[in-house]
Amino acid sequence: MSSLALTSVRLAQPNRSWANQLSYLLYARKGLLLGVLLVPPLLWFGVIYLGSLLSLLANSFFRLDDFTGQVVREVGFTNFIEIFAPANLDVIIRSTTMAIAVTMACVVIGFPLAYYMARHARGSQKAILYLAVMLPLWSSYLVRLYAWKLLLAKEGAIAWVAQQLHLQWLLDALLQTPVIGGNSLSFSPMGTFIVFVYMWLPFVILPIQAAIERIPGSYIEASSDLGATPWQTFRQVIWPLAIPGVAAGTIFSFSLTFGDYIIPQVIGNSTLYIGQVVYRQQGVAGNIPFAAAFSLVPILIIAVYLWLAKRKGAFDAL
Amino acid sequence: MNLPIEPGAVYLDQLSCVFKSAGKSVQAVDGVTLDILPGEFFTLLGPSGSGKTTCLRMIGGFVLPTSGTVNLGGRDVTHLPPYERAVNTVFQDYALFPHMSILENVAYALRIRGVEKKVRERKAHELLDVVRLPQVAGRKPNELSGGQRQRIALARALISEPKVLLLDEPLGALDLKLREQMQVELKNLQRQLGITFIFVTHDQHEALSMSDRIGVFNLGRLEQVATPEVLYNKPKTRFVADFVGTANLISGEQAIHITGTALAMLRPEQIRVGAQEDAKVTGTLRSVQYFGSFVRLRVAQLGQTEWIVDQPLTADRVPEVGQTIHLHWSLGAVHGIMAGALA
Repeated sequence: MSSLALTSVRLAQPNRSWANQLSYLLYARKGLLLGVLLVPPLLWFGVIYLGSLLSLLANSFFRLDDFTGQVVREVGFTNFIEIFAPANLDVIIRSTTMAIAVTMACVVIGFPLAYYMARHARGSQKAILYLAVMLPLWSSYLVRLYAWKLLLAKEGAIAWVAQQLHLQWLLDALLQTPVIGGNSLSFSPMGTFIVFVYMWLPFVILPIQAAIERIPGSYIEASSDLGATPWQTFRQVIWPLAIPGVAAGTIFSFSLTFGDYIIPQVIGNSTLYIGQVVYRQQGVAGNIPFAAAFSLVPILIIAVYLWLAKRKGAFDAL
Repeated sequence: MNLPIEPGAVYLDQLSCVFKSAGKSVQAVDGVTLDILPGEFFTLLGPSGSGKTTCLRMIGGFVLPTSGTVNLGGRDVTHLPPYERAVNTVFQDYALFPHMSILENVAYALRIRGVEKKVRERKAHELLDVVRLPQVAGRKPNELSGGQRQRIALARALISEPKVLLLDEPLGALDLKLREQMQVELKNLQRQLGITFIFVTHDQHEALSMSDRIGVFNLGRLEQVATPEVLYNKPKTRFVADFVGTANLISGEQAIHITGTALAMLRPEQIRVGAQEDAKVTGTLRSVQYFGSFVRLRVAQLGQTEWIVDQPLTADRVPEVGQTIHLHWSLGAVHGIMAGALA
């Protein structure tokens, strides 16, 4: 055999600089590297994030002295008893109903789009859909909110379109519905609902889309192959495997609806939601303890929701 | 042509499929006509991209043909969805449902059809016995090994007693030892059940060792349909000769002289290393590969392509690289490939 003549290339020799020494140390001790990388985020979550939650919890047991306006640092349950006052209970029920309705609407509207994005859209079409879902998040929340105010106003775009289509009667009928109706869309709970759904839709679509994208196409084919109609395949295979994504998305829309105090202030019939009550109590009234106690309500409701979802087996596919 | 009417028969008539992607159209399957008999172990063999899997998917109903018809047991199913076809499929990645137990996976087809829980679970247990995994009923798919998942996929596909089973490279993900074991088991199972198996593979050893008949695919077309013996000994085209087994291809004058065709084939095991006298070819040994029961020699002839020679390992000394080698064969071992066939 003839030997091969290859061009020889000089490679740089490793040097003993301190940067190399450090990289050797971190390479040899993987635990040290992990520690260096994890300490800052753990500190952030542990101290700032959990710490603020705990201080919230602690504050909720204190009370406000009505005469001096000072917080009395004595452990008591007055705030929690006050939550059950009819006016507050009314706020909780209204907020919960709204959160459930908004969440359900987000799933009903978001799921088909998420499904299409995950399973059918290809190439540039997929990019455009992503953009369409994300684009609203690029502009300010307030700008979008006031844009909706214009759309929903009595003389606004939606009313105008309804008029041009000779559907004014339909809009009027909707607005005359008790409880959800109002003077105009922008002064009715229906309007609040529409804007909530619009605002949180991206947060619901994206996790569902990610969950559906993880379902291999062969599962759907296998189900069909074994005799399942498309609806049966949806019920037995797609939905159970998409549920972790649906749960993640609904936690977003649920908690965001509970926490928001601006949307119902700008659009709606001036009835209060949990976020607004918390905002007013800690701001205008300076009643931090009651605000803290009230803000535990959504946390509790979401905990119950998660517990129910888990019991129903929503996270079994994880 | 009389259409077969037995339940296990599959008849493909001028089946074609064109995929359009990114503005380009690709002819995945091109005018395939195929008559698969009831109870036959039929293999679609070909390199990746040759159209064999697309062909299988058209039988299963996952891909609709651009033209042509699919006939299952005398019924035209060309445009029916998978859930209305009396075939079941074992998928390459097994496609077991991760949120269901093994028992639920196997019983799935019966649950979909509304079979009572007790009945369908009894049957699922029976199927688990058939694939010899009765102990895993309560587990989830991700707790099983690849070989076990493969058997469960088989059990799940068999529970509704299909007359035709489609297998899309089901052994591809298994290691060699397990694969060989599963080949024997699959073949035995097919014989016991007496149903039609349509098996897709790119592995010619697998195809030769399991099939009753093999259809060789190349570039979307069927090159040859034949039994393993015929395919190996009398390939009709250059592609088949080259793809199935190892072949020395002889072309030009030499081929015309021996077989009267422009192209001829000689299998490596038909060549002997011998004396200089009467040697058909004399060349230099370029490499020796050890295969356990035989050695494969590559002999370079001046101005010619390499000759591949398989020599059984006997007491003889293995020749050394660089040595001059004389090759002999009997003229009857040379198989002529028809001039009209696709070259």
